[in-house]
Amino acid sequence: MADDPKNAPPALELRGIDKRFGAVHANRAIHLSIARGSVHGLIGENGAGKSTLMNSVYGFHRADAGEVWVAGRQVDIRTPQDAIAAGIGMVHQHFMLVENFTVLENVVLGVEGGPLLAGGLAHARGALEQLARNYGLEVPLDALISDLPVGLQQRVEILKALYRRAEILILDEPTAVLTPQEAEALFAMLRRLRAEGKSVILVTHKLREIMAITDRVTVMRQGAVVGEVATVMTSPRELAEKMVGRAVLLRVEKAPAHPGETLLSVRELEVRDRLGVARLKRVSFDVHAGEIVGIAGVSGNGQSELLEAIAGIAQPTHGSILLQGRDLVAGHVDARERRRLGLAHVPEDRLRMGVVTSFSAADNAILGYHDRAAYQRGPLLNHATIRRECEKKMANHDIRPPVPALRITAFSGGNQQKLVLAREIDCDPRVLLIGQPTRGVDIGAIEFIHKRLVALRDAGKALLLVSVELDEILGLADRILVLNGGEIVGEVARADATEEKLGLMMAGVKGEGHA
Amino acid sequence: MSAPTKLPRWAELALLPLLNLGFALLLSGVIVRLLGESPWAALKLMVAGSVGTQEGIGYTLYYATNFIFTGLAVAVAYHAGLFNIGAEGQAYVGGLGVGLVALWLGDAPRFVVLPLAILAGAGFGAAWAFLPAWLQAKRGSHIVITTIMFNFIASALMTYLLVNVLIKPGQQSPETREFGAHAFMPAAHDLLARAGLTFAATPLNFAFVLALAAAVLVWIFVWHTRWGYALRVAGENAAAAVYAGIAPPRSIMGSMLLSGALAGSLGLNELLGSQHRILIDFTGGAGFVGIAVSLMGRNHPVGIIFSSVLFGALYQGGSQLSFDMPKINRDMVVVIQGLVILFCGAMENVFRAPLTAVFARFGRSKTGL
Repeated sequence: MADDPKNAPPALELRGIDKRFGAVHANRAIHLSIARGSVHGLIGENGAGKSTLMNSVYGFHRADAGEVWVAGRQVDIRTPQDAIAAGIGMVHQHFMLVENFTVLENVVLGVEGGPLLAGGLAHARGALEQLARNYGLEVPLDALISDLPVGLQQRVEILKALYRRAEILILDEPTAVLTPQEAEALFAMLRRLRAEGKSVILVTHKLREIMAITDRVTVMRQGAVVGEVATVMTSPRELAEKMVGRAVLLRVEKAPAHPGETLLSVRELEVRDRLGVARLKRVSFDVHAGEIVGIAGVSGNGQSELLEAIAGIAQPTHGSILLQGRDLVAGHVDARERRRLGLAHVPEDRLRMGVVTSFSAADNAILGYHDRAAYQRGPLLNHATIRRECEKKMANHDIRPPVPALRITAFSGGNQQKLVLAREIDCDPRVLLIGQPTRGVDIGAIEFIHKRLVALRDAGKALLLVSVELDEILGLADRILVLNGGEIVGEVARADATEEKLGLMMAGVKGEGHA
Repeated sequence: MSAPTKLPRWAELALLPLLNLGFALLLSGVIVRLLGESPWAALKLMVAGSVGTQEGIGYTLYYATNFIFTGLAVAVAYHAGLFNIGAEGQAYVGGLGVGLVALWLGDAPRFVVLPLAILAGAGFGAAWAFLPAWLQAKRGSHIVITTIMFNFIASALMTYLLVNVLIKPGQQSPETREFGAHAFMPAAHDLLARAGLTFAATPLNFAFVLALAAAVLVWIFVWHTRWGYALRVAGENAAAAVYAGIAPPRSIMGSMLLSGALAGSLGLNELLGSQHRILIDFTGGAGFVGIAVSLMGRNHPVGIIFSSVLFGALYQGGSQLSFDMPKINRDMVVVIQGLVILFCGAMENVFRAPLTAVFARFGRSKTGL
């Protein structure tokens, strides 16, 4: 390898990568060059082709055309093993770790170095301690993965790649599961890797991260590279415009809230999981008409249990939920009846719960409302009405393509989410539970959904918003509650909320002391 | 963006099954060749024997009637996300209900005994599905395991009843006395004769019409009622069902009882239409064939009718074959049927991937123009 970095060939160079899936042209002759010792951002909306490109580089599938060059040599990557051999490592959004193995066992998995484990493990232990010292990647080697917080699990993934001698590290949406502080620790680690001459590709849709850590950034749209700039030469606004292809509002414009009567009130609510562990610990709060209450927190801290208990999906073990004064828990009101009473719910995980993936858009547009009289004709479903209503929703919410008979999975994430939202607000509910409204949704649709939510608030609805995107909470909520370990660790009015303050509370530092 | 390309609908519904069938027949041909017979002659014999004559057609549709009932039974459970392996046992016990009504009321007027027999068959079949369904809904016991077990229990129960209780006094073989004549399902050749048409005397009977009607009702129920909608949601995505206020246990119970009722109707064809008595093992494996029929018919009533007729033709053509080609005995015919089931059911996806790739390339050259 050349010593002078200026003359050295790029760590990774992609030349004319082209990939189609049937009629979809996912990557159009992509050229990309990653300098050695740099952090390179790859940004674009969902479906822009980022993942397809990275999967080609990592050998999950083969590009139809194009070449991959690593450190000045062309390599032929057919499988992830080829990629690893070429010095490319990837940290996936969903970790690929064996939960009931120790850190050490996970790291050597697949590179045990012989039929007997002992030798390989001893060797790995030494090598890992060395790596940890060099890069500030301390991890308890003998801890079980399932006992580690997500931030450390991610660290194990990075160690795994480095142990396999990765020179180029691909990180796919690495901060999705982290608190702001954990994300900062990750970035510090990436800076260190960069200083050691490693190259990092950061795939993300968060403009803030691009600005914070990358040296250069490549923007993709509809399968093509639409721009590449040095990060210092650009701005979030410019990047967003490049991604979407038009000017977008990054901040939601809204007037101050005028909270009215209490519509939803939660008292001492406790939810236990199957093993009897309390996931939500005696939580109490109110939501008033005309306000958005945001629930901030790292995912897995009781948000899902909270939403599901209020919606009637999970059974609380203690406490009460009052909808306009009526106790839903004591009254054994089920999910169906709660909908009828005006409690709508946009679930956190759209694909797991909010839609049936094998159904058409029209069939999904009646999910939960399928027994409404309007959709019946005698004992039969009135498919004509169902289709018309779906067309109406599609027109009102700008859902494209406006084809009710199309399978829901043929729509983009944003359009799926708009359909779910349309379904839940069309029956004129009083209270809306909204979980991760913009998860897997592109910037253009985010803007639309945010405007809709603010309009609902202004129309006097009570909104309970759960989101792991701090920006979203800060942008939409009038009042913010922070959940940590199933408890509300603090409440902050929007005007007093800062990212740092919320971040500390999300990490479990009680709010009162810092308020 | 890594969603796999889908096959066009016509290829999914017609080309793929035909391809599977073709390969099954090809392999069967090789086996016939190895046995020293001409595959081509064997195929001609099978086709001629199953659809070439009035007798052949009658028998083919008579067999198909059984498969429509059991195929629908498997499909209804499938749409609720359940794999009902127990159609065989449900059909067996359903036949008991049909037979008991026919034995006791065989001399009552036909308009009394036939509706009661239909209800009894459905009721007994549903009852046999009740416990596995309840165990799945309430305790999470896997329906595949419990329905398999219930097949064995059904078999033992029926053997006991036929050997010890229901057997016609003074005879050796475990079967009941013949039903009263009013309990016979009207035969097709008699019905057609009344309309002035002559048709060869075969076991084909009015139950075929009932099976077609059941197919229509299943189609309406599954795709055109809110109960069918709820059932499909629960089958596709239990979490979404709970979210939508649909109780999965209820849809498990509903679909399994309906499934058992459909399987239990097999006795209308087999017992009232042909045997005119309850006898041991009268189901003859139709409950298991129903699984293949439903898979091949894409769990849709129209597809199930087509694949039932195909399997009916295989049964009828197969027995013709073993009759005319001495080297191919009954067991070889079962092997051929097994190959069809293997290719159309279990190995379905073997051809799906290559076919999808072919279509993807074809689609690309089209968009490239």
